[in-house]
Amino acid sequence: MKENLYKYILGIADNSLILGQRMGELCGHGPSLETDIACTNISLDLFGQVRSYFQYAAKIAGDKRTEDDIAMLRKEREYKNVLLVEQPNTNFAYTIGRQFLFDVYHLAFLTELQKSNDFTLSAIAKKCIKEVSYHVRFSTDWVKRLGDGTSESNEKMQEAINDLWTYTDELFHQTEADKAMVSESIGVDVIKLKEAYYKRVNDLLEEATLEIPESKWFQKGGKEGVHTEHLGYLLSDLQYMQRAYPNMEW
Amino acid sequence: MTTVEQNIDQTLISILEQVSDPEIPVLSIMDMGVVRSAIIKNNIVEVEITPTYSGCPAMDVIGDDIIAAFSAIGKKANVELILSPAWTTDWITSKGRKALEDYGIAAPLNAIADKEALLGDKKLVKCTNCGSTNTKVVSQFGSTACKALFKCETCEEPFDYFKCL
Repeated sequence: MKENLYKYILGIADNSLILGQRMGELCGHGPSLETDIACTNISLDLFGQVRSYFQYAAKIAGDKRTEDDIAMLRKEREYKNVLLVEQPNTNFAYTIGRQFLFDVYHLAFLTELQKSNDFTLSAIAKKCIKEVSYHVRFSTDWVKRLGDGTSESNEKMQEAINDLWTYTDELFHQTEADKAMVSESIGVDVIKLKEAYYKRVNDLLEEATLEIPESKWFQKGGKEGVHTEHLGYLLSDLQYMQRAYPNMEW
Repeated sequence: MTTVEQNIDQTLISILEQVSDPEIPVLSIMDMGVVRSAIIKNNIVEVEITPTYSGCPAMDVIGDDIIAAFSAIGKKANVELILSPAWTTDWITSKGRKALEDYGIAAPLNAIADKEALLGDKKLVKCTNCGSTNTKVVSQFGSTACKALFKCETCEEPFDYFKCL
């Protein structure tokens, strides 16, 4: 089995899985019908993308593992998503802030992944990027609307951006598997995306009349499986049915 | 219109046309452009379909429906999901576009017009009820992954718009 490729795929897919679960939590709980539908649509897109990645990973693993096993049966430490995507839906500004900070990265990442030497990853990227373009529009629109809205919406959006900022640097960290994949021109060199990312995010924040956080201290760990407290609770929801009724199917 | 090679055995088309998107029953999978190849190999029908949206729950059902449709005429079929080249709304046939409109879903505009309409600053999408373009986007995301929700300001009816992909 191609160990590094397997790990690399999971690193990408776990971001979409965990963020998809977070957005799915808003099903029936969105602040309005339209935003509720939008958040769950984004969740559905992300889960769909995850299926493509996990199906590929299961094929590479070449044992009895299925896409569902990979999604549902790992332990907390085995999930390699960035800390940003597991942060909770504290209020709508946090939901939008988290989505925005991830979407800008996600679009840049997929743009590069399209050029991967790996045919399947490149095909998945070409498919996903079309959907993610809509996600970016949605989250950017809302950051602007809340930032440039009332004093209260501005304050809440600013607070969310300030709190989530500490998780942005990790997007540009590389694991050993990432490095190996970059050297084979399969993976994306995320370090090269960093400057353009902050430029884009800063421009959009300014447009939204928000201040760019000055903090230079950043959290990390998710890519190595060391998570914030929130992930455990999220996984217990996500995995409940498979843990309670092993191998159940719809 | 993007032209990408499709490899479909002419004798299979009439069967494939009987299968439709479960969420948009007026639209056959042929008119939707999701069937990329269909050939008979060793007496088995091999069909390749491509998803509209990655998370589209209709894809599993479409796969099952294809198998059932061939089984009804005594043929065994295999369905494979392929991702490349990625599906685009350009592959919806003109017959498919008409079926969408008749069903109450505005057909996708071109990519540039789509962006202008969805970001809310241009009135380009035609109401499927009264034909007016005095319409506005209510939500960029609608009842399924492929649609946005619009409202007509002339006749005041809400309607769906099939987003460009």
